[in-house]
Amino acid sequence: MSWLTEYVRPKIRTLLGRREVPENLWHQCPACQQMIFQRDLEKNLKVCTHCGHHMRATAAERLAWSFDEPGPTRIELPKAPFDPLRFRDQKRYAERLREAREKTRMEDAVLVAHGRIGGQPAVVVAMEFSFLGGSMGAAVGEALLAAARLAVLQAAALVIYTASGGARMQEGAISLMQMPRSVIALSLVKEKGLPVVIVLTDPTTGGVTASFAMLGDIQIAEPGALIGFAGARVIEQTVREKLPEGFQRAEYLHEHGIIDMVVRRTELRETLARLLGLLASEPAAAA
Amino acid sequence: MRHFLDFEKPIAELEGKIEELRRMTEPEGVNIAEEVARLSEKTERQLRVIYAKLTPWQKTLVARHPERPKAMACITALLTEFTALAGDRAFADDAAVVGGLGRFRGRPVLVVGTEKGTDTESRLKHNFGMARPEGYRKARRLAELAGRFGLPILTFVDTAGAFPGIDAEARGQAEAIARSIEAFLDAPVPIVATITGEGGSGGAIALAAADRILMLEHAIYSVISPEGCASILWREAQAAEQAAEALKLTAEDLKRLELIDAIVPEPLGGAHRDPEAAIAAMGDAIAAALEPLAGIEGPALKARRREKFLAMGRDHGG
Ligand SMILES: [Zn+2]
Repeated sequence: MSWLTEYVRPKIRTLLGRREVPENLWHQCPACQQMIFQRDLEKNLKVCTHCGHHMRATAAERLAWSFDEPGPTRIELPKAPFDPLRFRDQKRYAERLREAREKTRMEDAVLVAHGRIGGQPAVVVAMEFSFLGGSMGAAVGEALLAAARLAVLQAAALVIYTASGGARMQEGAISLMQMPRSVIALSLVKEKGLPVVIVLTDPTTGGVTASFAMLGDIQIAEPGALIGFAGARVIEQTVREKLPEGFQRAEYLHEHGIIDMVVRRTELRETLARLLGLLASEPAAAA
Repeated sequence: MRHFLDFEKPIAELEGKIEELRRMTEPEGVNIAEEVARLSEKTERQLRVIYAKLTPWQKTLVARHPERPKAMACITALLTEFTALAGDRAFADDAAVVGGLGRFRGRPVLVVGTEKGTDTESRLKHNFGMARPEGYRKARRLAELAGRFGLPILTFVDTAGAFPGIDAEARGQAEAIARSIEAFLDAPVPIVATITGEGGSGGAIALAAADRILMLEHAIYSVISPEGCASILWREAQAAEQAAEALKLTAEDLKRLELIDAIVPEPLGGAHRDPEAAIAAMGDAIAAALEPLAGIEGPALKARRREKFLAMGRDHGG
């Protein structure tokens, strides 16, 4: 169990990052343009109180919103190779990584925590879109594997909030290999009879969608979330057709039988709790 | 009419001259045979020089060469009793993915490949090797079939990527690719994947979660096309050459990164100059890759395949 001692030194942290936003700030909804009091927006889990638009949430917020009291216990994630290709476009990848780390105060595009949801043990993975577009490189692959192994060890469910533009191209074929690696991660959990629930959030595309993000036992999406394999522009250029209304949105995927349900963020925790309870093969230790 | 790539111009000229000479009727004072031999030798020398130092972008062009041997050419040359199988049992038969049963060096196997087509008509039929969900679901079905009968699986990968279309998205392109990867990872039989031309992103890995991964000398294998990468990171498609360099997509790069197991040498001047020889070399490499896998039980194979993928990338980078 060396991986455990190596990686999963539980770190009990404050649930949310420090709030730097003044309380009296107003926020404009990008969908309906109405102004919302920041505090009301927070209380409503970043869902517009006027039109119900789901704004993007951070990985830390996802974790904070997911668990029963006393909340999540974050785990330290395994180190992944740093800039394996020494990739450089107009900027060095190493530089981009450093900037993303500074901006998000995260090591990479994902956080992992464990705790209970509706009394059931759960390991939750949350992707951070603002970290290089939530792209999947070796670090995200390693995080998913660590999360899967922890779920197996704790006989817990694995819940993953996805938010990603796809593979991290600055890691070349190594990022491509995270597709099979992440599929293996989910198999480790499924083989033990433990549930895997995927919550697709805006946006989830490319290599992430075409690997672990589509392999949950239950597939949930948030309203209006963009979910697809190919980018809309590429599709338009290829087929030279106008894309249908609502194309690649959560509701479109639901209609096409690709996901089980579209669930509002404010009902997500309750839904997860119910599902994990129904899927628990053995009654969990009474909470 | 042979198709020459830009950097093959000197070759085109030499071969043009040779052709001309051959058509000539004994001019006075010239020994045609001698001259042809001299020019042929020069051509070979030139080819050696050019192909010894192809840039990643030039390799990309070679990998996409229209006369490069395609999946069906490999399958029909390497297999006897080939019997094509079709369909995903749900929606359609996607001709971008070909496959079936046959014998490889006497032994029954299952093959799957992405087929680009060889002329305008067949390219359209095979959708230029870009599969829709039906194609990946067919691949998955065939992988499961192989598992049921203990048949080794050979895959031939040559695709720009999964087809980006409205219909493909509506029918779950992402899920189809994911399930195909899963099916190959789960198959309790030996799998040898060969990247023969373009190993394009998710559409390639869908058929390449294998025990042994081979790559032709001038094939490419990449998370995104150089053009796609250039337009995103450089914001101009013209930067494709630089992107090809940065992506580390050549067989040599992939071998160095330990993401593939072996490089299959190509005939001088690339597989397109001598498809038969290229396919024969592929056959030998596949046989060599299959041999050590033959005695391993299904569960052990699966476990080893997992370990192989889990180890990828771990020892590279700082
Ligand atoms: Zn609104």
